[in-house]
Amino acid sequence: MKNRIEHIFQQKDKEKLTIYFTAGYPNLEDTSTILKALDKADVDIIEIGMPYSDPLADGPVIQQSSMKALSNGMNLNKLFEQLAEMRKITDKPVFLMGYCNNVLKFGTEKFCRKCAEVGVDGLILPDMPMHEFKLQFKPIFEKYNLKNVFLVTPKTAEERIREVDAQEGGFIYMVSSSSTTGGSWGDSPERLDYLTRIQAMDLKTPRMVGFGISDNKALSMVNKYADGGIIGSAFIKALDEDDLEASVESFIIKMRERR
Amino acid sequence: MEIKIDENGYYGEFGGAYIPELLHPNIEELKNNYLKISADPEFQEEFKALLKDYVGRPTPLYLAKRLSEKHGAKIYLKREDLNHTGAHKINNAIGQALLAKRLGKKKIIAETGAGQHGVATATACALLDLPCKVFMGEKDMVRQKPNVERMRILGAEVIPATSGSKTLKDATNEAMRYWINNPDDTHYIIGSVVGPHPFPDMVTRFQSVISEEMMAQLQEQEGTNAPDYVVACVGGGSNAAGAFYHYLNNEKVKLVAVEAAGHGLDSGETAATTARGSSGVLHGFKTLLMQSEDGQVTEPYSISAGLDYPGIGPLHAHLYASKRGIFKYVTDKEAMDAGVELSKLEGIIPAVETAHALAALDQFEFKKDDILVINLSGRGDKDLQTYINFGNY
Repeated sequence: MKNRIEHIFQQKDKEKLTIYFTAGYPNLEDTSTILKALDKADVDIIEIGMPYSDPLADGPVIQQSSMKALSNGMNLNKLFEQLAEMRKITDKPVFLMGYCNNVLKFGTEKFCRKCAEVGVDGLILPDMPMHEFKLQFKPIFEKYNLKNVFLVTPKTAEERIREVDAQEGGFIYMVSSSSTTGGSWGDSPERLDYLTRIQAMDLKTPRMVGFGISDNKALSMVNKYADGGIIGSAFIKALDEDDLEASVESFIIKMRERR
Repeated sequence: MEIKIDENGYYGEFGGAYIPELLHPNIEELKNNYLKISADPEFQEEFKALLKDYVGRPTPLYLAKRLSEKHGAKIYLKREDLNHTGAHKINNAIGQALLAKRLGKKKIIAETGAGQHGVATATACALLDLPCKVFMGEKDMVRQKPNVERMRILGAEVIPATSGSKTLKDATNEAMRYWINNPDDTHYIIGSVVGPHPFPDMVTRFQSVISEEMMAQLQEQEGTNAPDYVVACVGGGSNAAGAFYHYLNNEKVKLVAVEAAGHGLDSGETAATTARGSSGVLHGFKTLLMQSEDGQVTEPYSISAGLDYPGIGPLHAHLYASKRGIFKYVTDKEAMDAGVELSKLEGIIPAVETAHALAALDQFEFKKDDILVINLSGRGDKDLQTYINFGNY
């Protein structure tokens, strides 16, 4: 069976928009509401954050959303319960994003089985070492038809980028700069060099750029050099507890204004 | 069974480098260079000269007669408390600061719990003219105020970690995030045998001067280079790793690691990781970890800010899992009583961390000829207020 992520990148329009949100934020039961709104707004890929107590790669906005979600009572069992009906809500590719410890503690095999049951397409675990992935995780991920997205940064060596490409993780998560999530975006020559350098590598895996994309200007720029952009912190900041659906819709419209 | 680290940074099943890609270049740079640089004769010459003339090494190995009488064995204290800045932490801080300079790094960051590592790093940075930022939990800044001021006098910037429990775990998170955001010219001096490979091995090697000296000193004083027991407290575990290092593969030496039980193992307020933890990943390495059923890291508790960490170094996790190490648990009260007792018996006020190692002696029955070395990892000046609050002296 073809993974949904492979299907989405076969479509002609390359400007794919990925939205990240933290499960259980702003309120415990908001997961389905946000999923529905994202589906309605026709985003291309959905990333659901699994809140973790010690999220090293995240900046303050996602950290705080994770803390709030945890204090709301979010946990993996609850998340899988909420996602049980997910495929009745959306047919978009859905990735879970989080940290290795939650998956290991839940049990890798059990975790992957649950992902497959609810229709998750892949995982983004920023602290997953390539060595451990190949050794322990890859066979289990493959058994459940799950992609594993690896991150690359402006400092990742070419050899390692080729290794990431060879993993066929659905897409390559290009971190826009050396920073945690939610950093600032500037059209620096270094960033342009990074985007063009990776573009010229002619990789077989699609490339999505994330971290620090907070407006449609930044999104338009990454769309020129990659297959699309990933927005997390800016989306979380824009969520309006009192009218979630409207806030999701207006955010996505604003982001796509120049498309 | 041989205790050693493998090429991927594992002791048995614990260790490794579970790091965001953003840190990968820094960790690779360190991994590819730390052994080469630290083995360089010029590096060794400079490091050893500073340990001797600046830190005050070798630290004495003192036969504590009255403590020995009490426990019915020959008890030696390895006097790391007599190091400049008052604890073993300076050995590693100077080693890593010298290494950072050779890597061409211009700035240093560090995390600290009790403040001893922060003070040691601030000291090494002042000495070597490196700007320094120290991340410290807001709660620890209050309970270890004298050390905060010492760091500031030494020229370091102390940055409060305000997330989570506002203690060592969160200071470490903040330091790592800062490193991610400032990777080019900054080296992160981790203060314990924790973090992604190669930190646990690197810190262990810089601290192994402790067991190296013990061997020579015991040979001179007892005619044998190996004691029956080496006893040390474990938070992350750097003083224990340094005291155990040369004995790891000498199975005649019993390695005793003492963890903080806080208010008791069953109280829900403890930092005894091996008793209450399970396998997990935190701060870039796989270890035993105190965590919820759902894999969220739980807040540890100890009266001692230096032992208040939800994990232990991967070497210690392996010593526990392989049964090479003997793990003991000591409550706040037992530790404080032992600290007061050592003060009265030997005229040495130990750090509250170290007092945990001393308190564990009550859990053994020794033979008269047994030789013990307790690593007296730090002095109690910083903990005066904790002793005063505890009373009972």
